Amino acid sequence: MLLGIPDFWIWLVYILCIFSSALCVVYGLLNWNKGKDAENGSSAENQDWAKKEKEIEDKL
Amino acid sequence: MVFQIIATIVYLCILGWLTYSGFKGTKNASDYLLAGRQIHPVIMALSYGATFISTSAIVGFGGQAGMFGMSLLWLTFLNIFVGVFLAFVFFGKRTRRMGRNLDAHTFPELLGLRFQSRFMQGFAALIIFIFMPVYTAAVLKGAVNFLSTQFGIEYNTALFFFVILMAVYVSMGGLKGVMYSDALQGTVMFAGMTFLLIFVYTRLGGVTEAHTRLTELSDQPAVIEQTKVMIENGFQGWTRMPVFNSPYWWSIVTSIVLGVGIGVLAQPQLAVRFMTVKSDRELNRAVVSGGIFILFATGVAFTIGALSNVFFYEEFQQTALVASGEGGIDNIIPLFLRSYLPEWFGTIFMLVLLAAAMSTLSSLFHAIGTSFGRDFIEKGLGVKKRTLGVTRIGVLIAIILTAVLAYVGNEVDATFGMIAQSTAVFFGLCGAAFLPSYFAGLYFKKLSRIAAISSMVTGACASTIWLFFFHGRNASVIGLCQLIFGKDHLLAGTALEKLSQVDSILIGLPLATIVIIVVGLLTHARYEKGHIDHCFQGIVDKSTAKNK
Repeated sequence: MLLGIPDFWIWLVYILCIFSSALCVVYGLLNWNKGKDAENGSSAENQDWAKKEKEIEDKL
Repeated sequence: MVFQIIATIVYLCILGWLTYSGFKGTKNASDYLLAGRQIHPVIMALSYGATFISTSAIVGFGGQAGMFGMSLLWLTFLNIFVGVFLAFVFFGKRTRRMGRNLDAHTFPELLGLRFQSRFMQGFAALIIFIFMPVYTAAVLKGAVNFLSTQFGIEYNTALFFFVILMAVYVSMGGLKGVMYSDALQGTVMFAGMTFLLIFVYTRLGGVTEAHTRLTELSDQPAVIEQTKVMIENGFQGWTRMPVFNSPYWWSIVTSIVLGVGIGVLAQPQLAVRFMTVKSDRELNRAVVSGGIFILFATGVAFTIGALSNVFFYEEFQQTALVASGEGGIDNIIPLFLRSYLPEWFGTIFMLVLLAAAMSTLSSLFHAIGTSFGRDFIEKGLGVKKRTLGVTRIGVLIAIILTAVLAYVGNEVDATFGMIAQSTAVFFGLCGAAFLPSYFAGLYFKKLSRIAAISSMVTGACASTIWLFFFHGRNASVIGLCQLIFGKDHLLAGTALEKLSQVDSILIGLPLATIVIIVVGLLTHARYEKGHIDHCFQGIVDKSTAKNK
């Protein structure tokens, strides 16, 4: 019995939950500054998309 | 009671200020993009989390953990690994890029434009419009269960007032997901769950001691008596998985864990959020906070749900399910919080959950509204005139249907767990209908339109038919099979009766996947010249990038 849990599969998932969360943290920190688009082109594109999104939201 | 009322008013005022006046002139994700401003990754992840995790997860699935135990943690694991890591890294980035390239604003529109098929857009929209109210009803019921227990009022009375509140919120422009109010809810939810975890483990003597007490509880003669029927269905205690191949095993593993854990990848209201960020960098950063948030939100809810049995037994010599009375599974968490946590905590937590429910509901009604008006009526049917009025009628129908389902859902068997089951049904259906074509659309340039359409139709039809006529638990509650064929489900009394325990996602998703592969191999992709290159512009294929 580990951590008071007698079933291996429950003990395993308890640990997996913590490890998967740690995986997210590690991945995010390693890629913290990666993936930034080229500024000008993507800014205009983002703004065009957002303008249309607002039109749809306002319609609703 | 006075404290509760004052706290409610104060919290609503804060939310109201954030929602309607905005913060530094910006309100939601579109406003940020339009202004060229950056959303802080923690804000983005908390907003995603507040939409994803709501009363359905904490009240519904927390209650399931109160009945079934810590086996529900397999869902927490999938929520983190699949719902955050795989979703953000392998689906989110490509969805964002392709959504921009195609100028897609809804999930059906993304699929429809990628495969150049108005049928796909319309069909996907119809699925969302018809079935999403099932999930919205689950979220609504979770909020109402909490409200009625906390204030000590009748469920139907609480339902009436909450529906009025919801309708007012929606009609006053509350369909926009406001980032900062979502993030506030997410932050308070995170803080609340942390407090809850520390409180419960401390009260029970520490982590190991708490789990040991829960394990030993299932050996008590009184508990064995109260869980007699559960034991016959495979229950072995709250710190053990159910017996392999037992009814409970199939229900937990296929419906709850796999149905929701895999179906999360194809949720329309979550997928569109990927399109609202500025670049992949925001998604990378959001993985950090998303992973932590989901662990605390669902991991804590399911753990304390299971541990609530120790509290209830010590005081009442009853399991959580028995103690929750007529309210059943869906009443376990509200009753536990009301009975054992300080009043101030219960009040604040109730407010946070209600606000989170409103936030989730608003994003769901947004998805329903755009699906019906923009995707089904305008694009699917090609109707151009008076779509505005039709869209609003669609949202109104969805609100009414949601309220009716939430009312009816309280009348079913208390052990059915309507919140979790409804959530699992919708998530599973989306997974079966959308996941193969969604994934293939993001990764396979040579997939034909007919393969994607065939997969979507197969997944949707197979899941729906299985749900209504073959899945024992759901078919018997829905009652359509009884009405038409005079039996709870079509496998009753046959040699294949055991199959009725298998959730529809395990039928629909494999079938849809096989269809997309077979039809994809047998057919050729035919799109307008340059279309595929346009779809995949800016999406780097690492294998070709390496070879260059």
